Amino acid sequence: MAEPSSESAVVRVEHLSKHFGAGSARVDALRDISLEVFPGQVIGLMGPSGSGKTTLLNCIACILEPSSGRLTLDAEVVYDDRWLRADLRRLRLDKIGFIFQYPNLLPFLDATKNVAVVLDLAGFGLAASHSRAGELLDYLEVGQRRHAMPAQLSGGEAQRVAIARALANRPRIILADEPTAPLDSQRGRIVMDLLRRIAVEQRAAIIVVTHDEMILDRFDRIVRLRDGRLEDDGNAAKA
Amino acid sequence: MNLAYYDIKHNLLRFVLTNFGLSLLLGIVIMITGVYGGMIDDALKQARAANADLWVVEASTNGPFAESSRIPGDTRELVARVYGVERAGAVTYQSIQTELNGKPLRLFLIGFESGRPGGPHKLVAGRDILRDHYEIIVDRSARLRLGQEVPLGTRGHKFTVVGLTRDNVTSSGDPVAYVTLHDAQALQFEFAPPAQRREVARGGALQTSDQINAVVAKVSPYVPVAEVAAALTRWKHLTALTQAQQETLLSEFVIEKARKQQALIMALLVIVSAIIIALIVYTLTMDKVRSIATLKFIGAPDRTIIGLIVQQALSMGIFSFFAGLALVLIFLPYFPRRVVLDLTSVATVFAITIVVCLTASTLGIRLALKVDPAAALAAAG
Repeated sequence: MAEPSSESAVVRVEHLSKHFGAGSARVDALRDISLEVFPGQVIGLMGPSGSGKTTLLNCIACILEPSSGRLTLDAEVVYDDRWLRADLRRLRLDKIGFIFQYPNLLPFLDATKNVAVVLDLAGFGLAASHSRAGELLDYLEVGQRRHAMPAQLSGGEAQRVAIARALANRPRIILADEPTAPLDSQRGRIVMDLLRRIAVEQRAAIIVVTHDEMILDRFDRIVRLRDGRLEDDGNAAKA
Repeated sequence: MNLAYYDIKHNLLRFVLTNFGLSLLLGIVIMITGVYGGMIDDALKQARAANADLWVVEASTNGPFAESSRIPGDTRELVARVYGVERAGAVTYQSIQTELNGKPLRLFLIGFESGRPGGPHKLVAGRDILRDHYEIIVDRSARLRLGQEVPLGTRGHKFTVVGLTRDNVTSSGDPVAYVTLHDAQALQFEFAPPAQRREVARGGALQTSDQINAVVAKVSPYVPVAEVAAALTRWKHLTALTQAQQETLLSEFVIEKARKQQALIMALLVIVSAIIIALIVYTLTMDKVRSIATLKFIGAPDRTIIGLIVQQALSMGIFSFFAGLALVLIFLPYFPRRVVLDLTSVATVFAITIVVCLTASTLGIRLALKVDPAAALAAAG
């Protein structure tokens, strides 16, 4: 398990709140959340439905704008009390890899191009994009399916291609929303082992939203949320 | 990476079938443009076929095509003597309908004086009219053969086809035919035998058929045409129109209604095409909402998303335009009237298609830009 190193946190969430609606219709989805994730760490984000896991993940992924607090990703301030950085898509492209609950592969691109599209968007040349995509698919042991269309891939294969896409641009932060949900327990553990390996080898900070009790031993830390509040940031348990 | 190309390739059959329908619509737009071009070209050819500089017609008329004109048969001799006139020829014009092999045959009949202006310009088969009577030169669009006999007029005389011309039709599409002036005068001005007998019985004046519709004149290159026209107009019973005036009358006023109808049909077709293209682009974008959300999620800028939609709309327009053009060219020989497709009009339709595609794609673009990246997190795709 990775220990918090002397390196600074890749993800730093400080007193973050998020509410929807106003007045009597106001819903506080996140309340005063503070969290740090360091390079090489894999943390699990758990909690019952409606506890704010996905909202927190979306805020960190720069999909949702927080209502207050401060969010710093890889030493760059993204949000600071109503100030929101402008080029969020570019930030996502450069720094964040996202693994969806379902693979969400583009149905009109084969496995290689689904991975290469991220590199293409980042400005890499065609040859370089395809070469890196091929390497990643081999690394994730789906290289033999590189020319298959998403509809021809099994659930496990598609999820590995989606992981390859998330890793393509060597992001410092990898966010995963229930990545093992569509997989059987054995495949789920393989995916988690893979994420652990990536965290160590690429010095990436990985946050995984999950309900899966079978993979808890794969996390460095488990953060629990309830009613939008941080119930346990996992540090006490470690201590 | 061209996402539009891969999406089209992935759904190739749907793309081809959708565009086949659109190509039929654009083919009709191209066809109407060709019909319009043909109508103008035929009208101008009709005026230019006489190879004249001046048209001398009845006073205060815009004859002989825009309205009727009737002048004495000896007017040609008067015109020929005016200073500056090199050559002059008397002509008659009339629409005629006869029956051949049980089917109606419509012709635009021109009576001309052999060896003088007003006759057929160039023959593609056969010979010129050599006999004084009952020989006819006809455009090949009438589908008559050399040597075939055609009954014309109330007296039932049969005219033998001796020569054929090409692309010599009126603005309404009727084939042009040439006969001698005498035959044409008899066909146009003589009464049918029963009517003739009635006139004689009632003691009416002796009928003369020595009338013509116009005199066409070639003017010396050393004398201004306007000067000759002014001299001719001094005769109070005549009006002189220049070739340019005659072409304007034919290409603008005679076919004005038909032109407006075609312009209206074309405008409606362009609007229908725009709506169809917009709906297709919108539907294609709806099908890709999840992919667009995923692309936005992974960091694709708006220009990539807009490029995907615009490129697909343009591919659709370009593919359909050229498929439509190919269909028109394949079926051109079977079209009932002359279709003239010049580069300018084809390029104009192409430019309109591109503009329509770009405009129509805005609906899809609006939808795509509204897609929330968070939609990628929703249910399974």
